[in-house]
Amino acid sequence: MSPSAVETHNLTRRFGAVTAVDALTLRIEQGEVFGLLGPNGSGKTTTIRMLCGLLEPSQGSALVAGIDVAVAPEQVKQRIGYMAQKVGLYEDLTVGENLDFYAGIYGFRRATARLAEVVAFLELAERLGQLAGQLSGGWKQRLALACALIHRPALLFLDEPTAGVDPAARRRFWHTIHDLAHAGTTVLVTTHYMDEAEQCARLAMMSRGHLIALGTPAEVAAQVGGRTLEDAFVILQERDER
Amino acid sequence: MMPRFWPMFRKEFIQMRRDHLTFAMMIGIPVIQLLVFGYAIQTDVRNLPTVVLDESRTPESRDIIQAFQNTGNFRIVAHVDGRPAVDRAIARGEAQAAIVVPYEYPRDLVRGRTATLQIIVDASDPLASQSAIAAAVAVAHARDLLILTRAAGRANLPLEARVRPRYNPGLRSPNYIVPGLVGVILTMTMVLITAMAIVRERERGTLEQLIVTPITKTELMLGKITPYVGVGLLQMTAVLILGRFVFDVPLTGNILLLYGVTLIFIIASLAFGLFVSTLVRTQQQAMQASFGFMLPNILLSGFMFPRQAMPEVAQWLGLMVPLTYFLKVVRGILLKGVGLEALWREVLILAGFAVVLIVASVRRFHKTLD
Repeated sequence: MSPSAVETHNLTRRFGAVTAVDALTLRIEQGEVFGLLGPNGSGKTTTIRMLCGLLEPSQGSALVAGIDVAVAPEQVKQRIGYMAQKVGLYEDLTVGENLDFYAGIYGFRRATARLAEVVAFLELAERLGQLAGQLSGGWKQRLALACALIHRPALLFLDEPTAGVDPAARRRFWHTIHDLAHAGTTVLVTTHYMDEAEQCARLAMMSRGHLIALGTPAEVAAQVGGRTLEDAFVILQERDER
Repeated sequence: MMPRFWPMFRKEFIQMRRDHLTFAMMIGIPVIQLLVFGYAIQTDVRNLPTVVLDESRTPESRDIIQAFQNTGNFRIVAHVDGRPAVDRAIARGEAQAAIVVPYEYPRDLVRGRTATLQIIVDASDPLASQSAIAAAVAVAHARDLLILTRAAGRANLPLEARVRPRYNPGLRSPNYIVPGLVGVILTMTMVLITAMAIVRERERGTLEQLIVTPITKTELMLGKITPYVGVGLLQMTAVLILGRFVFDVPLTGNILLLYGVTLIFIIASLAFGLFVSTLVRTQQQAMQASFGFMLPNILLSGFMFPRQAMPEVAQWLGLMVPLTYFLKVVRGILLKGVGLEALWREVLILAGFAVVLIVASVRRFHKTLD
């Protein structure tokens, strides 16, 4: 059996008196598109940030690509790609300059074959000279994804990647995600769109920092009597908050 | 070694060039400051507007009034009649000094009694009135000596102190201010620019993206500040060239040494900016902190006010700001033409500041969000 892409055990993060993530135990398999579903403040972003080494866990452990994040965060960073909720592009640099920069940071020389590959994969060729700040939401998101993919990460963490993106661009984005997963990349994506949650192989629902449901979309829906995923989400969340 | 330094450097350089407003400020601020400080700071106050009340109206009285005018400290703006007019002119600020020659002046002079002149000075600004007071006393003394020497039947004075003002024989303020201004401008812009550059990345969310990459803290920080080293050297060059051609400030010493020491000072200032960026969260806080740092530098370093005149505590505090040492070096090289043999202590201390500040900010900077 191949090792899991992500394995957390009682992962907990407190900010002062507030517990943002509460004893989360998860296992994400390699090449899986895994959805993290939950309302704002349920601990999705905090979870992703802990898995990326951006926040230290208060308790518990997380193995990413088989490496303990708390012990060797820099080794984890070599193997992951990350897209934050607020896309971290340099808006005063062109598309090409943003790509060059991240390629350099990940140790690639400029204008390598890899850069051309990523540009082709995300169809950015015609926009290389445009300032990133002048791109639409959908194109910004593609550029950010390109920057996160340059070093061929085994895992991709996407924190609400489609917020503020029009429906056509969202559909296109999900095609890309599935392409990546077919090629063996593990994708962890947070969302609160139900149609996006349906596209995940498995998903975890979170409420107030802890897990309220885990499984394939069909399994989660079945937990509350086979209704839609949205119904399941509302019912489970209400049950949790009671 | 440090393979990710160059991409960081290149990126920072492109951003700096593209941000026209900041770039214009980096070059504009030094030029404007130089002109403002160079023209405005004149600690030797001359040409004080003066009214004259000449009650005697004799050749003797006109002679002594001319002597006052010749000092250059008094600029006669009006002749008035009566004491009330003198008081009014000074109270209204039309004049800051008045020369009153009493009716008895020529008579007392001839009869060998003490002839009195009255000099009234508006001393509400002590700095402005001081040199006028000193000049007035000097005029009277010179006259006294002349009269006494003649009375004693001597052709010359029994004693004379020959003062030789070295390094700035004309006692010109710009010679003193302009070299110091190099340090003030660098302190101001270097600290502010770096503090803002890091905080801006944090505010825009690019820092979060950056710290999930394998870039090391040192690569990130050095790549970020190095482009501004060039800006600092450019600023100094601009100030020195303008100082030379607009204010006639001499460039006496070893210019290469000056660039070397300035490089150290720039690195120390940039490192302090980095340190500030690890303490604050927003660009506004970064700006406030930088200005808060600049004020003690300007006031305590001896840029404007001589350190010797400060109370001991202030002198002691002044030893804790880098500008104090840089001013000594830059004035030493430019005005006195001295080299490392006289300035090595200051240079070492500046290097110490740079090292300590870089280490402190690298240690305080964490590649996490909390």
